[in-house]
Amino acid sequence: MQREVKLVQGNQAIAEGAVYAGARYYAGYPITPSSEIAELCSVLMPQLGGVYMQMEDEIASIAAVIGASLAGVKSFTATSGPGFSLMQENLGLAVLGEVPCVIINVQRCGPSTGLATKPAQSDVMQARWGRHGDQAIIALSPATVKECFDLTVTAFNFAEKFRVPVVLLADEIVGHMRENFTYPAPGELQVVERKKPTVTPDRYKPFEPAEDGIAPLAAFGSQYVFHITSSMHGTDGYSNNDPGNAAWRVAQLHQKIDRYRSEIVLTKTFNAEDADVLLIAYGATTRAARAAALTARRGGIRAGVLQLLTIWPFPDEIVAVLGGQASTVVVPEMNFSGQVAGEVQRVLGPGADIRRVNRYNGQVITPQDILRAIQGR
Amino acid sequence: MWCPGCGNGIVLGAMLRAFEELEYELHNTVVVTGIGCWGKADDYLLTNALHTTHGRALAFATGIKAANPRLHVVVLMGDGDGITIGGNHFIHAARRNMDLTAIVVNNYNYGMTGGQCSGTTPADSYTSTTLYGNPERELDICRLAEVAGANYVARGTVYHGWELQQLIKEALNKKGFALVEAVSPCPTHFGSHNGMREPVEMLNHLKEKAVTMDAYRQLKEPERDGYFVIGKLAERDAPDFSTNYERMRGRIAGARKEGEPA
Amino acid sequence: MKERYEIILAGAGGQGLILCGMILAEAAIAEGKNVVQTQSYGIATRGGFSKSEVIMDREEIIFQQIQRPDVVLALTEQAMAMFASAGPEVQIFYDSTLLGTRPGQNLHGYPFSALASELGHGGTANIIALGVMAVLTGMVKVESLVSVLSSRFSGKTADLNIKALYTGVKLVEKITKGDPL
Repeated sequence: MQREVKLVQGNQAIAEGAVYAGARYYAGYPITPSSEIAELCSVLMPQLGGVYMQMEDEIASIAAVIGASLAGVKSFTATSGPGFSLMQENLGLAVLGEVPCVIINVQRCGPSTGLATKPAQSDVMQARWGRHGDQAIIALSPATVKECFDLTVTAFNFAEKFRVPVVLLADEIVGHMRENFTYPAPGELQVVERKKPTVTPDRYKPFEPAEDGIAPLAAFGSQYVFHITSSMHGTDGYSNNDPGNAAWRVAQLHQKIDRYRSEIVLTKTFNAEDADVLLIAYGATTRAARAAALTARRGGIRAGVLQLLTIWPFPDEIVAVLGGQASTVVVPEMNFSGQVAGEVQRVLGPGADIRRVNRYNGQVITPQDILRAIQGR
Repeated sequence: MWCPGCGNGIVLGAMLRAFEELEYELHNTVVVTGIGCWGKADDYLLTNALHTTHGRALAFATGIKAANPRLHVVVLMGDGDGITIGGNHFIHAARRNMDLTAIVVNNYNYGMTGGQCSGTTPADSYTSTTLYGNPERELDICRLAEVAGANYVARGTVYHGWELQQLIKEALNKKGFALVEAVSPCPTHFGSHNGMREPVEMLNHLKEKAVTMDAYRQLKEPERDGYFVIGKLAERDAPDFSTNYERMRGRIAGARKEGEPA
Repeated sequence: MKERYEIILAGAGGQGLILCGMILAEAAIAEGKNVVQTQSYGIATRGGFSKSEVIMDREEIIFQQIQRPDVVLALTEQAMAMFASAGPEVQIFYDSTLLGTRPGQNLHGYPFSALASELGHGGTANIIALGVMAVLTGMVKVESLVSVLSSRFSGKTADLNIKALYTGVKLVEKITKGDPL
């Protein structure tokens, strides 16, 4: 049977993608431009035996999400920059406590309240470094309605598999954009469930990594009894102030993501293999980059696009390979400081010809903006 | 880790005896704690536990309970944690009538960080950040819980250990949001700043100033000053969040069956 | 036959422009096309400049924003001012009930609001406009729009909207005798 092609909004695809991935708990606080996700979840969750809760603020939202996940239910929240800022401290608990959960940040133009209805890509570094303490995180970024759906499913899969919070860095453009989209059938996309302990309950340690580097996670209410704490802790989940233990814990949080880099780092290329001018783009800006590259090709410039679906961990390897082959790299992004351009510069070195195309006024980057940079004007 | 003369051990003992009397099992009990001296109680527990961030314990507990309403979820917070930095969550957990039991140890100051004032530090009292006397007023935790919609509100003290245990037991048995405020001495900080350096002086203070509602009513102004009421202060039987949510799910399922909008 | 159309629907918040764009996009989907619908809006729920863009194409739509509109609907003076100076290849439709009439081969004023009031529902002005624009530009078939309206709405609301759509269709037939632009 041919499935129906529908007109679907990015935010709607995110909510439906979460449901497809098995999310049955949503806690959030309304904020433009993410509120459609909350509204749809308030309809879907109770229909599916799940729970939607509108919390008193974003601090409580992420807290409730973490609590529900520890009770064994796939959980998520959605917000925008200001709310994402409020979530940071508890997001750190999810990192240290190794609690699977997904945080959608539909980015808007800041700083502060900023241009509340306009797009930006200025929370890239907030996603990576927004919390105190040294820690690693996974962040993904969609450019189309289909990617909103698919990457939300991927975000849950990574969260469950690696026991980490995963951030989906959408933006107002993809969040509010509508495109023709066909929902995948059940089973069409892979859905990962967290690994549960198999030892006897008296031997279960919630932070003892298995051979794959990931500790199995039981659920509160199962036969396994366990502690999770925001304090430094040993494998048994109880407070532990030993420096050797602390060093192992902090390193382990980084290393488990590092170990699976090749699986986590997702990219797409468009005529990038022979590119003399490589455009490195992510999120909605990818679309302007692709249009600009096609125009440049027609004008005789070998231009191609590397799209970063995964922003964190940063795709160093492919940036080095494709960026190294190109004579010029252009990084368009909707922020002033070149948050991804700086990473590209780190990978390719200070001598590389990296041209930045930045917009930070709520207006989208156009293919013409990028073409001017390609042509060196 | 608690100081000599601290009341936390008494509250912990009262809670654990109440758990035992109610035959709580380790695997279906989750104790959620905040940050502070009392928030470290989870280190002494064998039940499931989640030690959270400062002020947010009730929000974490809300997610746990909503996701699995069969769990006993008990939330331990101090006065700084629970109703000062965490005041907003306290109000809304009570308003939602989450089926949680909150045990707030009120020692009138931030013990762990060195005895600074909190939202319950009495006016004119001395703490390490109110050395000239507290220019702000104190908040009544129980009255806040009552107006916010809690199903059960009680206050006890660690001097009245047996009664405290009974209040905690009633609170645990109560469906919906239940609060027990346990007034407790902090001889190290609050006591030493306020002329009660010896732990026994603070216990004597609780013995003298904590009175029943009847006794309190017989006191006239201004003799009432400094006295406070212990015992059950409010009780109602409003349906809790999960019960209401389950009813809503039933309505939706029924309407969908009949093909009508919910 | 032209396969790609870029349509801008511009006016004020509350005029139903985003819904109008969605209906148009769904009609294009029904004809097997790819679509992208985007919008630009301010913080006010009612009033303030609002714009809905629709791109429809047989091919993949790469850049999501309109660069060279084929068709513009202007429902406020502010919207009209933004597009009035576009080249002659851009067909601009405007509400002559709300806006002053202006000369120009590519400027097409119709009394959408007055006709909507005659139908008894002022909110149907944008659907009447869709009917007019569909016939005159050929960007989507009228039947496709009818099918979207009947699946999106039910009962009397569907009837009203379909009636509004045909009000637009008949208006064109009356004035132009059905000659496309």
